[in-house]
Formats: sequence, structure tokens, C-alpha cells
Amino acid sequence: MEYMRLNKKNMAVFIEELGKICEVWGPVKDGGQVKFAPVSNVKDMDLDGFKNSTMSPKEIFFPQSEIMLSFQRSGEGANIYRDEQAQPSKKAIFGIRPCDARAFRILDTIFKNDQFTDNYWFSKRDATTLVGLGCSEPCSTCFCTSVNSHPFDEKGLDVLTSDLGEHYLFKALTKKGRDLLAGISVLREPSDANIEAHMALRKKAEDVMTVQFGTDKVKDKTVLELFNEDCWSGISEPCLNCSTCSYVCPTCHCFDIQDEVSKEGGERVRNWESCMSWIFTVHATGHNPRPTKKERVRQRFMHKFKYIPMKRNGEIGCVGCGRCVALCPVNIDIREVVKQMNS
Amino acid sequence: MKNPYLPYPVRIEKTVIETEDRNIKSFKLVFLNDEDCKAFDYTPGQFAQLSVTGKGEIPIGIASSPTEGDHLLFTVNKMGVVTTALHNLVEGSIMGVRGPLGNSYPFDKMKGKDVTIIGGGYAFTTLRATIVYMLDEKNRADFGKITLIYGARTPGMLLYKDTLAEWSKRDDINYNVTVDRDAPGWTGMVGFVPAVTEQVAPSSKNAIAVICGPPVMIKYTLPVMIKLGFTPEQTITSLENRMKCGIGICGRCNVGAEYVCKDGPVFSMAQLKEMPQEY
Repeated sequence: MEYMRLNKKNMAVFIEELGKICEVWGPVKDGGQVKFAPVSNVKDMDLDGFKNSTMSPKEIFFPQSEIMLSFQRSGEGANIYRDEQAQPSKKAIFGIRPCDARAFRILDTIFKNDQFTDNYWFSKRDATTLVGLGCSEPCSTCFCTSVNSHPFDEKGLDVLTSDLGEHYLFKALTKKGRDLLAGISVLREPSDANIEAHMALRKKAEDVMTVQFGTDKVKDKTVLELFNEDCWSGISEPCLNCSTCSYVCPTCHCFDIQDEVSKEGGERVRNWESCMSWIFTVHATGHNPRPTKKERVRQRFMHKFKYIPMKRNGEIGCVGCGRCVALCPVNIDIREVVKQMNS
Repeated sequence: MKNPYLPYPVRIEKTVIETEDRNIKSFKLVFLNDEDCKAFDYTPGQFAQLSVTGKGEIPIGIASSPTEGDHLLFTVNKMGVVTTALHNLVEGSIMGVRGPLGNSYPFDKMKGKDVTIIGGGYAFTTLRATIVYMLDEKNRADFGKITLIYGARTPGMLLYKDTLAEWSKRDDINYNVTVDRDAPGWTGMVGFVPAVTEQVAPSSKNAIAVICGPPVMIKYTLPVMIKLGFTPEQTITSLENRMKCGIGICGRCNVGAEYVCKDGPVFSMAQLKEMPQEY
């Protein structure tokens, strides 16, 4: 069956049975933040009033810091880099929002191109089943409908969950999703009324989320036309280049690669990096192609709304999660920026 | 699946200090494993990431031509952390090479045409590879007239002096090597690259020009090329930007929508006209 129903009274059993199949992750309170983390019990999860994780869940597949390779200084194989990819554990993640799942899909097209595949991303991604949770009550900072998505978007998810109050309604979207749900004993066939309630929730959320800006002119303008717009000085003026937007963003994926050394050897590590940083582009000569914040701020928005769509059949590199809107210390609002780009 | 981040181990077989300021050194590298050597199938214009354990990686153009055999040649200016560490490695040391990366010079378009190669300073590495490749007896007939214009500040700053001496004796390359001002013992041309280009005046008819050098050289050479009739499509250059992954993922070397590491480093002036000047 495509749809399955879970009485919330059985949520504990559901999580317990999932835990026998694979590691279970869900939204968990951690100090003042909400993050996705392993859970062993339904009580670990923070589902009441859950909006979304503070940081994007990209860190599950793309950790802020990750060991890629290692080397030793002496003995056999000295100074030869070795692959340090571990076999990732199988995971099911409950409560991923559709916007973040769409971001994973965009990142799939970035971590794999026509020549190269980044297996550090795909090994973890492939071992994970995403049980998403549709957004019945989008936040004021959300704008997924403005970037070709909606609060119950199924693209990128393996299972879509609707919160019907007394029940969860699951819609299996992929083989991975169907296989996962097939292992659970407490799922029941839903009534027609359950499915209707799901469709009504979806419709209501979409109606609330009106489209806030267009991107048609951004698409039509050339790179140089957009690049040379007058708006960039004004947009970048308050920016502190603090990089918060990049770190919380589910599609920001830029990274640095560094060698870290110990007495015996060391490791090649990749760390998140941000285009907001001066050092991101500076040449060894001291020349910097993006010398001021104007160029760096422009790069971030151009990347998401022009460069990524140009190379990926119009797919916008922003999913409308609104984290950057909520967390920017100087209130730069990406929606207002795109409105200016699209004017 | 092959991990594109894992460097091949190589041994430094030979090092040569190329220039009188002792800042530019060439490294002849041999692969430790035959299968890695076979996998490293490259074309001039491509680059590789050179690894020094504990220091990191740097993208450097490949200065050898695949026609020269199984070894690789890289010529490195001592500039930052990794290049300095590399300069301090002695012959016999083990290091890493990851690649080949990037596109190459457009040999499919260059075939059957006259080719003018214009280089300045130490941006002559992949141009060396290109000339060696074209002059190879198996390839020479594929190309028309080959013209070389190469300039350095002083005779002592010219790279690959032995190779230059060999080329100067050949009759199938129009050889023009120049220095900025006259120097004791120098019998060759004197003058800046743009002026020498105007003087040599290579024909733009059925021709391709490849230009690499310091920005100021390129700035003053391009108007000369236009005067000679070279269209932006016929004029090719190679860009550099700060890089990390080298495979179009880590997101820093882009110029507009193009990644220098993967969509480049070789672009035509026609392409660059459509791209922001973020390089």
C-alpha cells in the first residue's frame, strides 16, 4: 500500500521497531537548539511544536568537519595518503522537512557531476531513509512556494508523513521507504477520510504559503546583466560577512581541505567554508578576485539563483527554509534580495 | 568506486632550479604504481593537485607532454605554504599527485591550423607541454605553422633553457624568445611581449592563438591580437583561481557559472567576454 496509518499511541512501538532495522534519528532538543540526533525512545524526540532543526540537517551527510584521508610519517607507506572512508551506519531519519529533503536532492547534483562522484556524501546518503514530515504550519520566514516547492513536497523524501492529530499518515514514495515501513507491525491501512484529511492539510498549508517573489527575470537576464546590477552595493552594505547564512543553509556546500598533523602522521580533513570569507578566494600572491563584501555577498545570491539554475535545468539552489532569514544578525532577507534581482 | 580526492603516490626523481632568483623549481615525478600511471591519461593544458603530507595541496599546470613518456613535470613558483614545503623536498621524496584535472587546450580546434603560442614569465608551463606535444613527430603534421613568442624579465628568468635551445635549432617552429631589456651575453630579442607580437605579426588566417602570462602582459597583448585579426573565438587563455577540490564541487574557483577547475582552466576570449571578471 502507498499509504499507511500509525496511531500516535503506538509511536513508541514504531520507534522501537524501526530501531531494530536501523539507527533512528529524530528532532531532539539540545540546549536552546533543535537538531537531528540518534533516538532510542520516542520520548527523546521533540515533536510537540516542532518547526525545524536550528541548523540544516546537511551535517548528517556532510559533517562540519570530516576526515577524508590519512598518512603516516615513517615506516612502510610513509607519506602516502590512505582513504579513510568508513562504512556508514544505516539510518532512518524521522521528521525531516520537505525543504531540507529537496536540498539533499540539489546537493546530490553537486556532489556528483559528469566526471566525479564524492563518495563521502553518497555513502552516508545512500545508507539513509528519509521519513519526512509535511509542514502543516509553515513559519513566517518560510518561502518554499517561491522556489518551486511546497510544504508537502515529496521530492527527495522516501516517506512523507502527515500529522493528522490522532494519527500519522505515511506515504511511501520510494522502494527504500516501502521496505522500511514493511518491517513495522503497528501500521494500519488508512481510511479514505485519513487520506482526505491529509490532502486538506496539504492544501491549507499551500494556501497559507503564498508565492512571495518571482524568479522569471533572474532567469532571463544574462549573468553579466545581473552581476552588474546597481543593487549589490546596497544589499551588501549591512553584511558583516559572518557566514551564519552559509552555515545554517541546507544547500550551502562549500568546503576547505586542510592537512592536520600529529607526531606520527596526520589526516586530510574537509571543513565547511563560506564564500563570505575573505580567505575563501584569495590567491597566494595576495590578489583576491572577490576583495570586498560586495563581491562576496553577490556571489552567494548569484550562486543560488543564477549559477546553479543555469547548470541544472533551472533548478534553484535555494529551498526556502528561511533559516538565513531568521538567523542573519543584520536582517538581510534573501526574499528581498531576490525581489531586487528580479526587478 | 575511485575516490577522486585520493592522490597517487609519486617519487621526485629530479629537481631543477629554473631561474636565477632560485624561486622557480621543476619537479620530475614518477608514479610508484604502474596502474596509477596508466590511469593518469592527460592532455596539455590540464593541471593536477600536488600534495605534500601535512601541508596540503596546490593546483599546478602539467608542464610535461604525454608524448615524453611516463614521468610528469611540474614547475612551481615558491609562493605559499605548500609550494615552499614542496621546494624543500629532496630528490627521492614521496609526494602525491591528484589528476589530471580540468579541460585542456582545444587540440581538436587547433588541428589543421596555424598555432601561435604567446607566454610570459612563469606562465609557460602548460605552454611548454603544448609545444612539445605539437612538435612530437607523431603530431607535427596535424598542425600548420607554429609560432612561439615567449618573454621573461631577464635571460636568467626564462624557464626550460635546454628545451628552448633545442627548439631554437628547429626549422618547424618560428622561435621568438625575448627579454624585457638587453643583458650581457644575450643575443636574442629584446622587448616586451606585446611589442614583439606586433613585430612577429603571426597571421590570424586559419589560426589559433594561446596566450598565458601575467595580467599586464595579457592586457597589452590582446589589442595587438585584435589588430592582427584574431577573433575572441580564436584567442585562448588559461585562468587561475584559488582551488581546493579541483573537481567542481567545493565551490570557490567559479567565475560566473563556470568552475575554473572543471569547466576550465582553458577558456576562449569569447567565453570570457560573457563571464564576470572574478579571476
